[in-house]
Amino acid sequence: MTAQTSATTVKTTCPYCGVGCGVLATPQPDGSVAISGDPDHPANFGRLCSKGSALGETLSLEGRLLHPEVHGQRTDWTEALDLVATKFREALDEYGPNSVAIYGSGQLLTEDYYVANKLMKGFIGSANIDTNSRLCMASSVAGHKRAFGSDTVPGNYEDLELADLVVLVGSNLAWCHPVLYQRLASAKSNRPEMRVVVIDPRRTATADIADLHLPIQSDGDSALFVGLLAHLSRNGIVDRSFVDQHTNGADAAMMVAEDWQIDRVATTSCAPAEDIARFYEWFAATEKTVTVYSQGVNQSAAGTDKVNAIINCHLLTGRIGRKGMGPFSVTGQPNAMGGREVGGLANMLASHMDFTEEAIDRVGRFWGTSSVATKPGLKAVDLFAAMARGEIKAVWIMATNPVDSMPDADGVRAALRTCPFVVVSDMNANTDTALEAHVRLPAAGWGEKEGTVTNSERRLSRQRPFLALPGEARPDWWIINEVAQRLGFSAAFPYASPAEIFAEHVALSAFENDGRRDFDLSGLVGADYASLAPTQWPIRSKPMARMFGNGGFFTPDSKARFVPVAPPPVIQTAPGSFVLNTGRVRDHWHTMTRTGKTARLSAHYAEPFVEINPADAGRFNIRGATLARVSNSQGSVILRAIVTDRQPRGQLFAPMHWTDQFSSNGRIDALVRAKTDPISGQPALKMAQCHIEPVQVRLYGFFVSAQSPKLTDGYWAIAQTKGGTRGELAWFDEPSDWESWLRSSFDLPSTAGMRSLVDERSGRRSYAVLDGGRLVLALYASPDPVVVSRQWATELLDAEGLSASAVLAGRPGADTPDKGAIVCSCFSVGANTIAAAITEQDCTTVEAIGRCTQAGTNCGSCRPEIRRIIERHNASVA
Amino acid sequence: MTGKHKLVVVGAGMASGRALEHIFANAPGQYEVTLFGAEPRGNYSRLMLSPVLAGEKTFEETVTHDAAWYAHHEVRARFGEHVTSIDRHRKLVFSRGGETPYDTLIIATGSAPFILPVAGKDLPGVLAFRDLDDVEAMIEVASRPGTRAVVIGGGLLGLEAAAALRLRGMAVTVIHTASHLMNRQLDPVAGRMLQRAFEDRGIEVLCNAQTSAIVGHGKAEAVVLDDGQLCPADVVVMAVGIRPETRIATDAGIHVERGIVVDDQMRTSDPHIFALGECVEHNGVCYGLVAPLYDMAAVLADTLAGKEAKFQPVETATQLKVTGISIYSAGDFARRDGHEEIVLQDEEGGVYKRLILQDDRIVGAVLYGETTDGPWFFDLLKQRTPTADKRSMLVFGQAYQGGAPVDPMVAVAAWPANRRNCNGRLHHPTKRAA
Repeated sequence: MTAQTSATTVKTTCPYCGVGCGVLATPQPDGSVAISGDPDHPANFGRLCSKGSALGETLSLEGRLLHPEVHGQRTDWTEALDLVATKFREALDEYGPNSVAIYGSGQLLTEDYYVANKLMKGFIGSANIDTNSRLCMASSVAGHKRAFGSDTVPGNYEDLELADLVVLVGSNLAWCHPVLYQRLASAKSNRPEMRVVVIDPRRTATADIADLHLPIQSDGDSALFVGLLAHLSRNGIVDRSFVDQHTNGADAAMMVAEDWQIDRVATTSCAPAEDIARFYEWFAATEKTVTVYSQGVNQSAAGTDKVNAIINCHLLTGRIGRKGMGPFSVTGQPNAMGGREVGGLANMLASHMDFTEEAIDRVGRFWGTSSVATKPGLKAVDLFAAMARGEIKAVWIMATNPVDSMPDADGVRAALRTCPFVVVSDMNANTDTALEAHVRLPAAGWGEKEGTVTNSERRLSRQRPFLALPGEARPDWWIINEVAQRLGFSAAFPYASPAEIFAEHVALSAFENDGRRDFDLSGLVGADYASLAPTQWPIRSKPMARMFGNGGFFTPDSKARFVPVAPPPVIQTAPGSFVLNTGRVRDHWHTMTRTGKTARLSAHYAEPFVEINPADAGRFNIRGATLARVSNSQGSVILRAIVTDRQPRGQLFAPMHWTDQFSSNGRIDALVRAKTDPISGQPALKMAQCHIEPVQVRLYGFFVSAQSPKLTDGYWAIAQTKGGTRGELAWFDEPSDWESWLRSSFDLPSTAGMRSLVDERSGRRSYAVLDGGRLVLALYASPDPVVVSRQWATELLDAEGLSASAVLAGRPGADTPDKGAIVCSCFSVGANTIAAAITEQDCTTVEAIGRCTQAGTNCGSCRPEIRRIIERHNASVA
Repeated sequence: MTGKHKLVVVGAGMASGRALEHIFANAPGQYEVTLFGAEPRGNYSRLMLSPVLAGEKTFEETVTHDAAWYAHHEVRARFGEHVTSIDRHRKLVFSRGGETPYDTLIIATGSAPFILPVAGKDLPGVLAFRDLDDVEAMIEVASRPGTRAVVIGGGLLGLEAAAALRLRGMAVTVIHTASHLMNRQLDPVAGRMLQRAFEDRGIEVLCNAQTSAIVGHGKAEAVVLDDGQLCPADVVVMAVGIRPETRIATDAGIHVERGIVVDDQMRTSDPHIFALGECVEHNGVCYGLVAPLYDMAAVLADTLAGKEAKFQPVETATQLKVTGISIYSAGDFARRDGHEEIVLQDEEGGVYKRLILQDDRIVGAVLYGETTDGPWFFDLLKQRTPTADKRSMLVFGQAYQGGAPVDPMVAVAAWPANRRNCNGRLHHPTKRAA
């Protein structure tokens, strides 16, 4: 956590969310890597969140793919690459360019992306290259382009601190962009008059700093911002000169909007009318307003319209591109922005250029090719649909896990199984997607590869290596380059280093640009790649912090466009069905391939879950902590029920992270229909309709084990813990022979002594296996959800001199306090410890808790939760 | 009646010693007490003979009442003097020292070791384990190098003797007729664990073994089992049980069954004669453990003081006094219909706990290895305390009771549940400190 920097310290960039924090990585003599925030990086100024702080714990080679594999058999690079090239060539020759595809990732570095995009669009001649950014940013891209003529985020992070009103729409910033949230929270703490409005169906951790929380229905934000536009117009909150000089289409947008009075907005959005009115008043009265939006806006079938509904309000008030103002899309991934820059989406060509004749010609000349794709390719959802129809003969998936993250995830898996040739390049051997591949190629991971990423404020930063390439792993750019050469494109793919690729990327951005395209790195021509400091684009003579303050949009007439937006109707759910919202938790990232390796990050949520409002839970007989089946015609998952009033009635929330590697039935995107936004093609991942019902469980179980278990039946969910694995279990039928079930599931030697506690009548039983006072296995079973202190139990793996009784009891005795569920992952401080600090040491502020317990004093990601514990305590004594 | 009330006590064991304490406390100075003891010494704790045999305690440490105490209470101590008979009509007892009159007589003659009726049982070197003389005889043999002991009887007493003799360096064999040791107090699992613990100490244990004879030339030299096996022995300790010592009561025509029959006030069929201790039978039951004997002592003292008192037998708990081996057993632990069990089994760690419940209440407990909670379980048993609210942690004992209940929600989430939000608006805390 507090890393020692030294001569070996490497400045790099975090591989998680789109905040793009600078990281200092210092390899230690013992082989570990000390991680700290880079105090000089303008994204984070030294801060890191819980995930970033734990990066050092994700670097083990466990689970890594270290050698090329063909049909599950290890092979060498030559054979694997030859096979990939042969199969792609066969498909191209027989079925044409559009029979092959690349599905990439916001985890790829800009250089990787560039080479992949150049290969597909420039030489294979198809635009069938899409990435998981389609699931994340596509609607923002489309909204930006409709309004600005370019995919440009106008502001920067500093604007969140300078604003007097920050509106967070569909953004659980506290958990999904924690460092940006901390910058906001600290600014608000310094200037308490600053207001924060949170617009989210859920009362998230982010809502804790909100002056106003608007609990809208899914997609209710559309009506909210259309109504806001009408309200601003009616009340004369219009920057007339900006609108006149720099925009078009205000009247048309207003015509649609003016029917949206507050009452109608309230009815459609389901937020209280007086709160909507207050929000409108605050927005109207506050010049320095930033509207931050994220997946709640984007992951919708009306996402692009929602983006424009927000931008419309900023255009009308002229609040754009000036300090403390602007619409602000925050991206999910570390390099979603970089991918957009190179054009790594099926509907872009390259370097912020579209499939116009002029651009196709320009790019063809620059690349020296006449095969440039002439029209958009298949977007992610369409790509897998085409694959299911047999139209894709060869696909190459890079650094992503569509079997878990795509909508209709089961359909995606089925499509891959029908595809004649599937290549996966990944760090990890056993992702749900990699398991479907014919060829698996070992890719270099964070800390091993080098290149650049771009964060949500258009800031390029270097990712720099500080670890040797393990096994035969290679950077993605190298792998793609090798295949490109084998396909016969050697002349265009001569790259020997990412620096060369970056230089070409810079050159293309500057090529025949002359300020006509927003994405322009001409100022970096000839720049020293090795020492490249974090820099915002566009950069001609110098970097631009903000865009469009004085107009200058990238439309033909340089004027921004208002987009008329008609809010979609309220989602109608069938009786007894729910709207299923999905999203991230604080300490996990995507499909957990990295964060699932760290015990610290696995402690916050160790199991896939579904949140349900108490009233709904009562109606549907869902008891807290039991298992619930959430299902629809698409699929079915089994999740732990959390009954909480953070969740609105009629809605469920489930995390997006769990895969078949961590849980028996937790792949939530199996329930999401492949419905997309008509403009952006981004799927509506947050509004599936589903049912919920209790799962009839014979016995619940919980275990901690030094060995990884082999679980095949019933329900299970496992998580990494220090020294082993912890897991939740449920049996639908009781094992007939417990000891043999345990021995086979946990691979115990037949000599291992089994200690047990059995209460036949109540059905409770515990088993413990010890080896010289150290825990090998502790397992607890009960007809009700197992009441065992998870935190205490997981710490047993680290304990010595254990007595079997203490283990079998499943909780500490009266003399050992249970620190409770971990809230602060950096210092491993539990909820009980925090509660004790409040009651016994009179800590009444987050700061005081930090002084007493250290909780929240490192990355600060848990501070909203600490505050909540304090508030809960205050409420209980009030 | 002239002078003080004459109270004669026959037997100077633990029960009578405790009774006298209560009597002097209840009615100081009212009684003129004569105390007969067959052993040439005053009251001592027979429970402590095992540690004395093991060399862990001296005899002096076992004495419960010394000369000063007798003098202080003006007790006429007649130790080493057998009472041979009672004349109930004249209210006299007879002994070597002649006749002693009583107004009230207390018989506390205790029990005698049961001696198996086998050939050779009277050979020198065949001992019981009853009093200090037995202990001294055993110590004498043990003090010779290379000597061997055979203990017949794998119950409490026999095992304590065996462990003690082993500590004194003897080669020891325990012969037990039942299939597992301490079968009256332990179930088979605990019995087997106990056997292993004894074997680990180098003590040979033979279960399902019947003694057919003790053989030797002028002294015990071996025990012969019915399968013909020969167990060489320099000393044979017979610890197969006790029988109430009732002879003087029987001879005096007092109602005696297995023991001297007493009512709830410890009165025999003769209203002037009371009895307590291992020699009595109350409601058909004879007692051999110290706790009920002490209860009898209190009842008897109250009765003599004219107070209402009633002996109510309670469940008894058993502990084995062998250093390093903890056993606690109480109540009914047979497998019966309606009995539910909570079983903690850790043979590797030498811990076994079995609680037997019926109708939500503990009716029996067998603890091996970890016995600190024995008295707590025993208390729950005696009080018939319902256990539903503590069942999940019950077997782990008192240290695991109470405390904050564990919330099963922590299974999945660290984020605590919180206040109800009725209308979607935040409940704002009072102004946060900056």
